[in-house]
Amino acid sequence: MSSLQQTLTLAWRSLLQLRRNPWELMDFSIQPILFLLLFLYVFGGAVAGSTAAYLDFILPGVIVMNLVFVTVYVGHGLNTDLTRGVFDRFRALPIARWSPLAGRILADMVKQAWCVLLLLVVGFLLGFRLGAPVSGVLVMLALLLVFAFAMSWIMVLVGVVARDPEHVQLFGFTALFPVTFLSNVFVPLDTLPPFIRAVVAANPVSLLAEASRGLLSGGPVLEPALWSLVWAGVITLVFAPLSLWALNRRLARS
Amino acid sequence: MDEAIRAEGLVKQFGATRALDGIDLSVPRGTVLGLLGPNGAGKTTAVRILATLLAPDAGQAWVDGCDVASEAAAVRSRIGLTGQYASVDEKLTGRENLILIARLLGFSRRDARARAGELLVEFGLEDAAHRPVQTYSGGMRRRLDLAASLVGRPRILFLDEPTTGLDPRARLDLWNLIRELVAQGTTVLLTTQYLEEADSLADEIVVIDQGRVIASGTSDQLKARIGGQTLVLAPEHESDVATALSIVTEIVGREPEVDGARLRVPVSDPALVPAVVRRLDESGIVARELTLRGASLDDVFLTLTGRHASVETPAGDAEAAP
Ligand SMILES: Nc1ncnc2c1ncn2[C@@H]1O[C@H](COP(=O)(O)OP(=O)(O)O)[C@@H](O)[C@H]1O
Ligand SMILES: [Mg+2]
Repeated sequence: MSSLQQTLTLAWRSLLQLRRNPWELMDFSIQPILFLLLFLYVFGGAVAGSTAAYLDFILPGVIVMNLVFVTVYVGHGLNTDLTRGVFDRFRALPIARWSPLAGRILADMVKQAWCVLLLLVVGFLLGFRLGAPVSGVLVMLALLLVFAFAMSWIMVLVGVVARDPEHVQLFGFTALFPVTFLSNVFVPLDTLPPFIRAVVAANPVSLLAEASRGLLSGGPVLEPALWSLVWAGVITLVFAPLSLWALNRRLARS
Repeated sequence: MDEAIRAEGLVKQFGATRALDGIDLSVPRGTVLGLLGPNGAGKTTAVRILATLLAPDAGQAWVDGCDVASEAAAVRSRIGLTGQYASVDEKLTGRENLILIARLLGFSRRDARARAGELLVEFGLEDAAHRPVQTYSGGMRRRLDLAASLVGRPRILFLDEPTTGLDPRARLDLWNLIRELVAQGTTVLLTTQYLEEADSLADEIVVIDQGRVIASGTSDQLKARIGGQTLVLAPEHESDVATALSIVTEIVGREPEVDGARLRVPVSDPALVPAVVRRLDESGIVARELTLRGASLDDVFLTLTGRHASVETPAGDAEAAP
């Protein structure tokens, strides 16, 4: 069996966990839908004048916000494997050293794609219509997955460092809340006070949301998309080596 | 070369703790080695090094002739490992866990299913096969864990405290499964805190303490050194302790250890007990307690090191031995 097949098998295993544990599937299926509905109907009138007008704005925003939160599952799953000894079982098998980690990240990409498509479908049911070519959806998906991949490396680090899976979740969500809320996900940039505007404008979450809006409804795409990719590149370059170093260190000391 | 496992001078340091301090091991093919030691002796560390999960600071080891450091992949394809804590995926079913391992080992989809089915029957897990592992009992988990280590039919098997935490019934079940594997020619390195377990499964026992080998030999050789059983005697009146001590010393030929008003001594011949009873009777000493019990790890320790195994362990561990 090639190392690619091993990775696919391990990704299949991560997804199989979902089938056996429907509530986890609900966790990241129902939650984003709830977020979308709540924000849409609570803030819609105040922020955009009507829910219909707000939908164009908030749908890409919630998609990005959810994307960022779902990356926590990479760290959670990895930590579970590490603390429960499953990772050791894999390491004692004659398979490629990197395939358990790669399998986990790959499975996460599938979950991410599922969430994006699910939110799009719910958006359509709520009345959302594309204002740009359909190919934009695919470009958006690719862009989002690239960013999710980069974020995975941060979560691998969290998963390696944390004592148990609960701490991964606690730390992950605590760190990600300010990152997602200090963005243009919920409100347009120009409604914010100037002193945080610079931070919000440079936040990769804002950049991704802006690019996604452009790709779905029309508007600027190239610049925010390129900056998102720069962010993804920098995050990967910093965190991939750091995470692998931390993982090897943890394994050498256990 | 008929050695399945060989280790020379293994050393491993964790911060200030010297987990292994120069361990040598040799396990002939087709035999069972029992690595016996209290909590913290270094058993798990030794197994993890042999199973390529951990690199030693010094020393070398070979499994089936392959160097664990330079030929790790070859070692991994020859071994099965059941760690101290069941390492199966809690969220998958028993069957899925086994299929997963089989697929990773290169079995085709159909062969993986067949092998999983075979093992589920063999390990009495058929009825639970479709349930997520998190619903399993401790014994079932252990059996599944062992089954998962056997998917690739390894010729060499590492079992790290396979029965710790199991009830006596589940322990016996597991012992029988291990015996069957051995009968089929599998080489087994098994760690345990229970002398009884090493005694009933192992051809050769190596006793380790604080990362060092302190004794080794067959079960019989070890028992000859420590006495197969322990005589415990507590005189009714504390004033009789000294007399009782000299009587027991004279008959058993070894000075008992005194713990309050209780005497404890290893005996190799149970026939000595009636003699002790007679002499106590003649001296008018009434015994509050007089028992003969199988030797425990603690007795082994007391004899070999002059201290109790439980000194080094959280309270209760050595006492939990069957
Ligand atoms: N990852 C680790 N970090 C620090 N100390 C460790 C680690 N693993 C084991 N030790 C220490 O090394 C010694 C041997 O441990 P171990 O091999 O687990 O013993 P056993 O399996 O016989 O109970 C113990 O004192 C233990 O505390
Ligand atoms: Mg141990």
